[in-house]
Amino acid sequence: MRTDPVVLTVAFGYLALLFVIAAWGDRRAEQGRSVIGSPTVYALSIAVYCTAWTFYGSVGRAAESGPSFLLIYLGPTLAMLMAPFMIRKMVRIASTQRITSIADFISARYGKSSSLGALVALIALIGITPYIALQLKAITLSHAVLVNYPEAADFRLADESFWVDKSFWVALVLAVFIILFGTRHLDASERHEGMVAAIAFESLVKLVAFLTVGVFVVFVLFNGPMDLFSQVAESPRLVGALGLDAVPGGATGWVGTLVLAFLAFLTLPRQFQVLVVENVDERHLRRASWLFPLYLVAINLFVIPIAMAGMLLPFGNSDPDSFVLTLPLSAGLEGIPLLVFIGGLSAATGMVIVETIALSTMVSNQLVMPLLLRSKRLQLSSQGELAGWLLGIRRVAIVLILLLGYLYHALIGDSYSLVTIGLVSFAAAAQFAPALLIGMYWRGATRVGASLGLIAGFLIWVYTLLLPGFAQSGWLDPDFLERGLWGVGWLRPYALFGLEGWDIYSHSLLWSMLANVGILVGVSLFTRQSPLEQTQAALFTNAMNPGLQHTSLWRGQTTRGELQSLLSRYLGANATARILADQKSSRDNSDPAPPAMIARAEQALSGALGSASARVLINSVVRGEALDLESILSILDTTSQTLEYNRRLEQKSNELAKIGEELRTANERLRELDRLKDEFVAMVSHELRTPLTSIRAFAEILRDGKDLPEDKRIHFLEVVVLESQRLSRLIEEILDLARLESGRLTLTPQKLDLVSLTRHSVDAVHRLQEDRGVTLQLDIDMDEAPVIGDPDRLEQVIINLLDNAGKFADDDDPKVRLHLTRHKEHFRLSVEDNGPGIAAEERERVFEKFHQIKRLSSSAGKAKGRPRGSGLGLPISRGIVAHLGGRLWVEDAPQLEGACLVMELPQAPE
Amino acid sequence: MAKVLVVDDEPNIVLSIEFLMQQAGFDVATAEDGESALQSVAETPPDLILLDISLPGISGFDVLEQLRGDPQHARLPIIMLTAHGREVEREKGLALGADDYVTKPFSTQALVEKVKALLSEDA
Repeated sequence: MRTDPVVLTVAFGYLALLFVIAAWGDRRAEQGRSVIGSPTVYALSIAVYCTAWTFYGSVGRAAESGPSFLLIYLGPTLAMLMAPFMIRKMVRIASTQRITSIADFISARYGKSSSLGALVALIALIGITPYIALQLKAITLSHAVLVNYPEAADFRLADESFWVDKSFWVALVLAVFIILFGTRHLDASERHEGMVAAIAFESLVKLVAFLTVGVFVVFVLFNGPMDLFSQVAESPRLVGALGLDAVPGGATGWVGTLVLAFLAFLTLPRQFQVLVVENVDERHLRRASWLFPLYLVAINLFVIPIAMAGMLLPFGNSDPDSFVLTLPLSAGLEGIPLLVFIGGLSAATGMVIVETIALSTMVSNQLVMPLLLRSKRLQLSSQGELAGWLLGIRRVAIVLILLLGYLYHALIGDSYSLVTIGLVSFAAAAQFAPALLIGMYWRGATRVGASLGLIAGFLIWVYTLLLPGFAQSGWLDPDFLERGLWGVGWLRPYALFGLEGWDIYSHSLLWSMLANVGILVGVSLFTRQSPLEQTQAALFTNAMNPGLQHTSLWRGQTTRGELQSLLSRYLGANATARILADQKSSRDNSDPAPPAMIARAEQALSGALGSASARVLINSVVRGEALDLESILSILDTTSQTLEYNRRLEQKSNELAKIGEELRTANERLRELDRLKDEFVAMVSHELRTPLTSIRAFAEILRDGKDLPEDKRIHFLEVVVLESQRLSRLIEEILDLARLESGRLTLTPQKLDLVSLTRHSVDAVHRLQEDRGVTLQLDIDMDEAPVIGDPDRLEQVIINLLDNAGKFADDDDPKVRLHLTRHKEHFRLSVEDNGPGIAAEERERVFEKFHQIKRLSSSAGKAKGRPRGSGLGLPISRGIVAHLGGRLWVEDAPQLEGACLVMELPQAPE
Repeated sequence: MAKVLVVDDEPNIVLSIEFLMQQAGFDVATAEDGESALQSVAETPPDLILLDISLPGISGFDVLEQLRGDPQHARLPIIMLTAHGREVEREKGLALGADDYVTKPFSTQALVEKVKALLSEDA
């Protein structure tokens, strides 16, 4: 069962299963039913932290230096405890800026600097290569152990050519596999959902495999933990090896390793990828912050027991890194070793897949594309489809990265143990921490400071960790390790500046971090930021400020069409249509693109190419600049104020408009009133002049005519008296009207009986009507009609109605009918005549002042002896009735076929 | 004997002017509105008309306009009577060809003198 064909079949079968899971995850994502929308999957994907180094190396390290391996997991635990503050901010920034990698993140923070991005990518490539080599070594080693056991597992390269080296083929197979499922989509920040799903699955596989071995060793090989521990206690060698004292470098080693693991957990490209770039929901951090540490506890639970067991049992010169495999093999088992191999394979492939994808994205976005865009920009612009180019670059990068890993493995892979190689990479990745973390919290960190600090830290890492590795492998003269460069004692790589007694990692970390942070801070204090750098620094440091959601505010000009052609070259037609589709602007390609659309286009390009290249491309079509920091800050500061101010201004202006409208209406009304008043005054003067004319004329006639006959004298005097009375009545009416209109009419409302009031009024006009031959018919339907009213004024109204009716009644046989009736809660008093009636269109106008003068005159002229009306009676009557809560109107006469005026008054409450 | 036509819708004003004109030695005809005034002019042409502006039906201005439009009465002396004292009306009346313009209430002596003056001028 441990033959090559079987093992290879199982291994390839496992890879195929991963591929299926990834494809399934991708399809689900396309259908919008993401499988990674769960905090558990997120936490499991973070467990890509546990590589083959954990799987095999932890036991190795425990055997070599006791429980110090736990520090590698305490660091991340510490980091996850701080997730709500630090990692959440990283996730927030990455999602608003569409960050694709840690290189992109640092580049974006320092003004979307392409040189800084390239530097980070380069350091990552160099620093992580040993780590990838480590995984290749683990796969090859575990395969050799599995197949050759109990023979010694000699997998060394020796003098043979590379094509017989299994590591080379492992690297190539992995390259093909990663290309197959890592570069199916272009947009890196569109997230690799399938990959994340596969990685989460791998985390489960490696955990189950490791726990299986642990349980087997503790409960099958030994009789439970007590048996194991008691056997260990009998061996002084083992007690010492597994004690706390075994940690290299003592207390500083503890702290150094802890800090190293803490920083690397955040800065390793693959950790940044799963932790930040692939995060789909900030809230997932909450569960991950305890679930991931729990996972670490679980996978480390059996490390020490396995190391103890391995050291207790006699295997000859078996490598502690292989205890996980050799222990079950020594028991003659077949299935568990195969499971362990798969677990180790999954730990290794998980790391290689994510790391390679992260690195290839960096290489294409931060190293290759900026160079291509810069050097061959014109040629690139003339290319039709560039999306294919990008994928091609990434695929080549994947192959190169894995070959580089193989090369490192082949050259110096034997000189360090698994743990050692891992920590070398940790120390390299940790160099990103100052630029990353300080940049997130200190706005003053500059691009120059970050770059120089990074370079210094990296150089120290090269000198204190990388070169010694080469030296120990025999590729460099090991002499400088002992005596320092050029024989200078304080330049010894493991004891720089005379610092001795530290373990090599803490030593390297101390010096590199001192240089890195010192230069970053020091140089930043003396260098200036470009405007874009200031903007980005502000956006990064204020990322948790909800007011800052815009990544960049463009004030430049471009057209929709230009953006469209740019985007489609790099992202393809479909993605471009999707990006520009939901913009609420017009469809015309020659229309200017709104700033929001430009920002969206830049974001989309950032997701594919990184922020620096995206900026260069957007700049190539947008005329004008992005807003600088001052503008953005002032916009942020003043926007809310301005909005508030504008809102108030608008409110005020609305109020003013309303007041203006009211004033205009009031003015019109005043003008109208003024016109009416003028008209009224003219009417009044006309009406007053008429009786006055007669009075004056007859007065003069009487004065001048001493010999007038007596009868004429008496007649003329009577005319003067009548006209004077008319004048008085007119004046009285005008005053009434004025009082009514100004609201100063004094009514003394009281409860009265409309029936008796009506009879009283009829009596008052009866004699006069009889004199004129008017037949008056009284129809009163009830004995009593209680209303609220002023008796004198109501009588005035009723007399006026009867008077008018008498005047309008037929000349030859004048008839007037008064009808008092109840209508619901009201009493109606109608007075009708048998005259010509009032035309429908005149029915409201009879209530206008002076309106019916002419009509009255025309009929009054024929019926001599009837008193003239002033034309004020009906307006006054209507005013009085309205004051008493009633109505007065004209309708068809029900019986006499003339005019009919109806007065309605509400019934008085009981 | 010269004949004066008095046109007004106020019976007492007509009565007073009628008395004044008779006293001054003229024949007097009366009309209470514009249409009967025109009818009267057509039947027995007067030598002078005292014409009120505010009349029921067609106004005094309408009557004036119609008479002046008729060559037969183009030179007939016409005095306008009005209770509206406004300048505008006076101007309008004179523009339409009225010979004089009297505002109510008027001085009886002045009215009689105006009538006499126009009739003697005419003669």
